[in-house]
Amino acid sequence: MIRKLCLWLCGMVVLFFSVLLVPSSAPAKTEIQWWHAHTGFLGERVNDLVAKFNAGQGDYEVKAVYKGSYPEALTAAIAAYRAKTQPHLIQVFEVGTQTMLSSGAIYPVYQLMKDQGIGIDWADFLSVVLSYYSKDGNLYSMPFNSSTAILYYNRTIFKKAGLDPTKAPNTYEEIEKAAKACVSSGATKIGFTTAWPSWTLIENAHSWHDQPFADQNNGFKGMASQLKINGAFGVKLLTLLTRWQKEGIYTYSGRTSKGDQPIINGEAAIGLASTALVGTLAKTAKFEWGTGKLPRMAGYPQGNSIIGGASLWVMKGRKTEEYKGVAKFLDFLGKPEQQAWWHATTGYLPVSKSALKALQATDHFQRNPDMWTAFNQIMSGKTTANSQGIRLGNFAAVRDSIEAELENVVGGQKTPKQGLDDAVKQGGKILKEFASLYK
Amino acid sequence: MKRSIFRNRWLPYLLLAPQLVVVVVFFFWPAFDSLRLSFFKVAPFGDREIFVGLGNFIELLTAPEYGRSVVYSFVFSLGVTTLGLVGSLFLANLANQKIRGLPFYRTAILWTYGIAPPVSGIIWLFIFHPSYGMLPYLLSMVTTYEFNWLLKGWVAMLLVIFAAAWAHLGYNIAFFLAGLQTIPESVIEAARVDGAGGFELFRRITFPLLSPVTFFLFLMNMVFSFFETFGIIHAVTQGGPGDTTTIMVYKAYVDGFVNLRMGYSAAQSVILMALVIVLTVLQFRYTERKVTY
Amino acid sequence: MAMLLPGIRKSTINGRKWIIHLLLILAILLIGFPLYYGFVISTQSLDEVIKVPQSLLPSGYLLENYVKVWNRIQMGRLLINSTIVAVVVGLGKISIAILSAFAIVFFDFRGKQVAFWMIFITLMLPVPVRIISTYQVVSTLGWVDTYAGLTIPLIASATATFLFRQFYITIPDELVDAAKIDGAGPLRFLWSILLPNSGANIAALFVVMFIYGWNQYLWPLMATNSDNMRVVVVGIASTVPTGTQLPEWNLVMAAAMMALLPPVLVVIFLQRWFVHGLLETEK
Repeated sequence: MIRKLCLWLCGMVVLFFSVLLVPSSAPAKTEIQWWHAHTGFLGERVNDLVAKFNAGQGDYEVKAVYKGSYPEALTAAIAAYRAKTQPHLIQVFEVGTQTMLSSGAIYPVYQLMKDQGIGIDWADFLSVVLSYYSKDGNLYSMPFNSSTAILYYNRTIFKKAGLDPTKAPNTYEEIEKAAKACVSSGATKIGFTTAWPSWTLIENAHSWHDQPFADQNNGFKGMASQLKINGAFGVKLLTLLTRWQKEGIYTYSGRTSKGDQPIINGEAAIGLASTALVGTLAKTAKFEWGTGKLPRMAGYPQGNSIIGGASLWVMKGRKTEEYKGVAKFLDFLGKPEQQAWWHATTGYLPVSKSALKALQATDHFQRNPDMWTAFNQIMSGKTTANSQGIRLGNFAAVRDSIEAELENVVGGQKTPKQGLDDAVKQGGKILKEFASLYK
Repeated sequence: MKRSIFRNRWLPYLLLAPQLVVVVVFFFWPAFDSLRLSFFKVAPFGDREIFVGLGNFIELLTAPEYGRSVVYSFVFSLGVTTLGLVGSLFLANLANQKIRGLPFYRTAILWTYGIAPPVSGIIWLFIFHPSYGMLPYLLSMVTTYEFNWLLKGWVAMLLVIFAAAWAHLGYNIAFFLAGLQTIPESVIEAARVDGAGGFELFRRITFPLLSPVTFFLFLMNMVFSFFETFGIIHAVTQGGPGDTTTIMVYKAYVDGFVNLRMGYSAAQSVILMALVIVLTVLQFRYTERKVTY
Repeated sequence: MAMLLPGIRKSTINGRKWIIHLLLILAILLIGFPLYYGFVISTQSLDEVIKVPQSLLPSGYLLENYVKVWNRIQMGRLLINSTIVAVVVGLGKISIAILSAFAIVFFDFRGKQVAFWMIFITLMLPVPVRIISTYQVVSTLGWVDTYAGLTIPLIASATATFLFRQFYITIPDELVDAAKIDGAGPLRFLWSILLPNSGANIAALFVVMFIYGWNQYLWPLMATNSDNMRVVVVGIASTVPTGTQLPEWNLVMAAAMMALLPPVLVVIFLQRWFVHGLLETEK
């Protein structure tokens, strides 16, 4: 019995492997590979965009491929690039920007558009978005999902605590007062929390108050080699947070987007998170909520908030005729129609002013006033050397060490000064190592 | 070991060939290709390789955080292996008693082995979720002490140990059950007649007879906890708070995969491999005499 | 104890049995709870999932969630691919492990120890360090997006080789000698004596290896770029909300429940051979 089974199975295996290696038939259209990291709802919206582009013309077929998380997708692209089978487009998170710029593996977007004769009015792009992905005034990657940090507050909790539900806290003092009232009145357990802690608490707080984050204008003038976050501002901010944590006003909710959840659940009275959360809250919240600009700390100049998210990089080394399709697709993505749709469906920022104007022409912002908060914040801010963005080599690692130290400080293992000094030391090591590769 | 053998000059090599070809092409060649990088600093896309000799190793061995990560690794690995083996041995023993409904119990315990770690990882992630999860909610009802693994290192370490041990529980139980069934009924009965019962029986008869499978499982659990747990850590704590759950393989994974410091990560892999290989060889040496096959 | 107090022997044993029952039920609840919880979530609506604390009773959205996620990630195709990969990896690992273990146990040859350690040490090559280079090899062979690329790099098996070695060591010498006297060569011996005697071992290891193949995530993610070649674990990952977006955990759990069904069925169906075949040869 067993032997018969074995024979049969061996036969199957042989047959199977002979089938395995037969290549699939070549597609009639030129295929454009786009590797991305969007899951769930956003993954479906990516497919919507691609389907629309593919249906709108007959020469190119864009294939959107989910390639895991951002780091996994990037590693896959690196492996593929080394094997010379790289995709045309790869979505890279904002902290990978310097890595991509230095990689020698990319085809700058402005160059691609110039080569393909597609005229794009770069001046029409929102400056905070444009500057983040530009070098020497030229756009290197196509902004795709851009967001910035804003403040969220729970009006239902505010009401229960006897606070004015129409007024978002504007300063750190107001946050303290409101959060304290919400917690001590028993309206909620979480007074204040943060998602993406390094991004909302350190990166955006510094740029919003026009404070330097790293040397070389945050890495825009040249390769940065030193963090600057252990100054008076950073220490003051973390001292405040540590005290709040002890007093039960601030709740640390973990790294990455974990801090979104208490805001979505309606547990947090106040939270700092990405603007992209607006879309989710609009769809799910069973309580009243509102948004406001990032909080201010008295005595520091006005800067601007910076963006996060990801952009699309064109990889070099593919055939010229394929790049024509890539350029057409990027042009399609940048059109006000797609941008307005993308913004309205997902809550991410549109890239262009004309898309914004198109949205203003409708009643979109009247119906969704919280979607306007981000634009209000960006336009009221001042883009300076400290607030045009942050561009660091191996930023992912730098962010990691900042968040580890943040946990040490908030958890009471280190003093704010000590923690920030250690983050600067660790960050400097990472930056110097990256810089030494490209001497 | 084996006295009665076949004689053939080329057949054994031919029989080994398929496995060795796969091992060389898909394991050794890629591993050597990557481990070579431990002597280099490498640009992420591989266009620059700068020879640094032992630079990466020196940097690692002088970095206090690497020393910490070695300590965390041993705590973690010891925790996962001990908890996993003791827990599953206990359960396997229970499921090997002569009681009614045994087939049902066995099935109910064993079927969890079929659950893919990524799937169970996702479920765990959800259960421990600071705000959606059931566990934080239940704990907050039972005690006022905040088991906040986002800020308390030892809680986070316990959490990942539990998650990892759970993930490997089905595997361990299956092997222990198999081991228990190889023990002849007559031996147990003889011991019973001699007056051994309960724990005494287990200590004197069952456990020694289980030593080969315990040895095998010890190895497998150690390898599992040292090498294959970066996914669990990534899903649950991301190495934090601070760096209190950044075990060696997670650090190698993050430095190579997220931070794209290929040379630095390769050096960590070399150290990790050397460490585990030495541990394995020592175990083989030490136990070869003690294990009764 | 029992011997010293013969009078109460029966009742203590009965008491002991109750404790065993109790402990087993507790253990099953503890082991099974995460899965029950996952199942409950998969039957809830998004609103119910977001509410804290969630209800621990199933709700009425089972069909809706399962259909939705089935269509969203083309579950059917994913399950077929995962099955193919897991079966090929399982059978492949077992076949080459049997051959290797046979060579190692029943022959004396130069480099035997080296070969054994070469196979064994593959357990200790961390995946992250190999993956980029492995991809290059597979890409050179033209195996990206093929079943060959998905399976062959995973087909070496230290565990299976080790365990088959353990089985074969317990094969009594008389069996080998008898075969020799009958004039049977080594292959004949393998085919007519060894294989028929290791059905349970093969079934047991097939369970282990099938599940190993089913569980792969990182490699299939790297080695495939077309939706047609994706496996189910990668599909589930593509539903897990990351970053700031709709926390559709109900759909994730629905996908997870469907993905865990096939391997669980394999365990249950092969259970008869599974447990005792892991260690013992048929005598």
